[in-house]
Amino acid sequence: MRDRGRILIGLLIFLILMTFPVWYNALNGVSVMQEPELATKNVPGKDKCVNTAEYMRQNHMNLLNQWRDTVVRQDVRVYTTVDGRKFNMSLTNTCLDCHPNRENFCNRCHNYLAVNPYCWDCHVDPQDPKVLAAKEPR
Amino acid sequence: MISLWFSIIVVVILILIPTIGSSSAALQSLFGIVIPYAAIITFLAGFVYRVLNWAKSPVPFRITTTCGQQKSLPWIKNSKLEAPHNAWGVVRRMALEIFFFRSLFRNTKVELRDGPRLVYGSSKWLWAAGLAFHYSFLVIFIRHFKYFVEPIPGWVSLVQSLDAFFQIGLPVIFLTDAVILASVGYLFFRRLCDDKIRYISHAADYFPLLLILSIATTGILMRYFFKVDIVNVKQLGTGLLSFNPHLPQGIGPLFYVHLFLVCTLIAYFPFSKLMHLGGVFLSPTRNLANNNRMKRHQNVWNFPVKMHTYDEYEEEFHKVMKAADIPLDKE
Repeated sequence: MRDRGRILIGLLIFLILMTFPVWYNALNGVSVMQEPELATKNVPGKDKCVNTAEYMRQNHMNLLNQWRDTVVRQDVRVYTTVDGRKFNMSLTNTCLDCHPNRENFCNRCHNYLAVNPYCWDCHVDPQDPKVLAAKEPR
Repeated sequence: MISLWFSIIVVVILILIPTIGSSSAALQSLFGIVIPYAAIITFLAGFVYRVLNWAKSPVPFRITTTCGQQKSLPWIKNSKLEAPHNAWGVVRRMALEIFFFRSLFRNTKVELRDGPRLVYGSSKWLWAAGLAFHYSFLVIFIRHFKYFVEPIPGWVSLVQSLDAFFQIGLPVIFLTDAVILASVGYLFFRRLCDDKIRYISHAADYFPLLLILSIATTGILMRYFFKVDIVNVKQLGTGLLSFNPHLPQGIGPLFYVHLFLVCTLIAYFPFSKLMHLGGVFLSPTRNLANNNRMKRHQNVWNFPVKMHTYDEYEEEFHKVMKAADIPLDKE
């Protein structure tokens, strides 16, 4: 059939599209994810999170959401952990206390998995160069 | 109904195999590395084989479909989309078919009403659900590129952020997750609820629908309910498609079920009706210009036939025919 050439071109385009990740990886290489940085891992009083690492890995977003709703809607600010410790339900004052660096902690996994949370639409990242510049006395 | 139960049982078995198998560490490399590679190779090789096979088939004549007026005399208005006479018209007809499923838009239904009266009516549900399903699948397919490459290209993130546009729930609900469940669910129950469609449905119709439904369900379960370690999932994915496979520990059985079902789908693909992905481009009634009256189309496998005309015949048997009193042309 006379259309054989066109069919082959179409098939070639299909194969190129289908194998996109393969040649993209071959051309760019695969970057390895850097482990999130735990700055206060060995500082006493700051070495234990509000829950286990496994729980936090899977459910930190739900916990933060729950904190937000409890504080904003019910004006309750104290969070009691499973083992009885009490925390102030606050991203800026509690979470960022031990995980101060958004770039080296939050973004490492989030960027690796194309997760784009909207925390920072409202919250300030204290390590953001723009924020640091604004803090400096003029 | 045997075909339906057969499909259900096969899908259940396909779910049970990795559920049981992936609990052993030795078998995890089978489910995580060997089977995915085998499935990808089967998919690509099978797809190429099927398309090349189609490309070899001769299509000597233009198959005219009667849904539009062919171009003929200048004062007769011709239908440029339904019966295109040139390549540009064919491109437009194909684009409408591929991007908007125009043939399904023509779907009608027949009902026998009181009277008895046979009623024909337009039926757009198949078209709407088909379109919703295919585009959701495409978006989900593109979204999944993020598990195979690092850094993630901007357009993949863009598609994902559009899919999560309304920021409902947490993790944010992808619209396509909801749409694909609804549309595949419709396409499945459509086959069950209408007697006429159930009568013509085979296992080859039920099975892909149930398989896709299971894939979507396991994917959604992993995202919202039974979390798996997706950092590890991505390490497996990038490792596989950069030919440097290694198996991270502790991903969770639900992921292996999802992966195994996807492998089944793509390995089954070339042998099934799912090949309409390639076949739609090669539909002779859609991709051939309707120019039967403008051009002479000769059968490509014609070979010179040895002719023996009546004149020659009569010449050869002149004497015999004359003797038998058979009337002759040359008298």
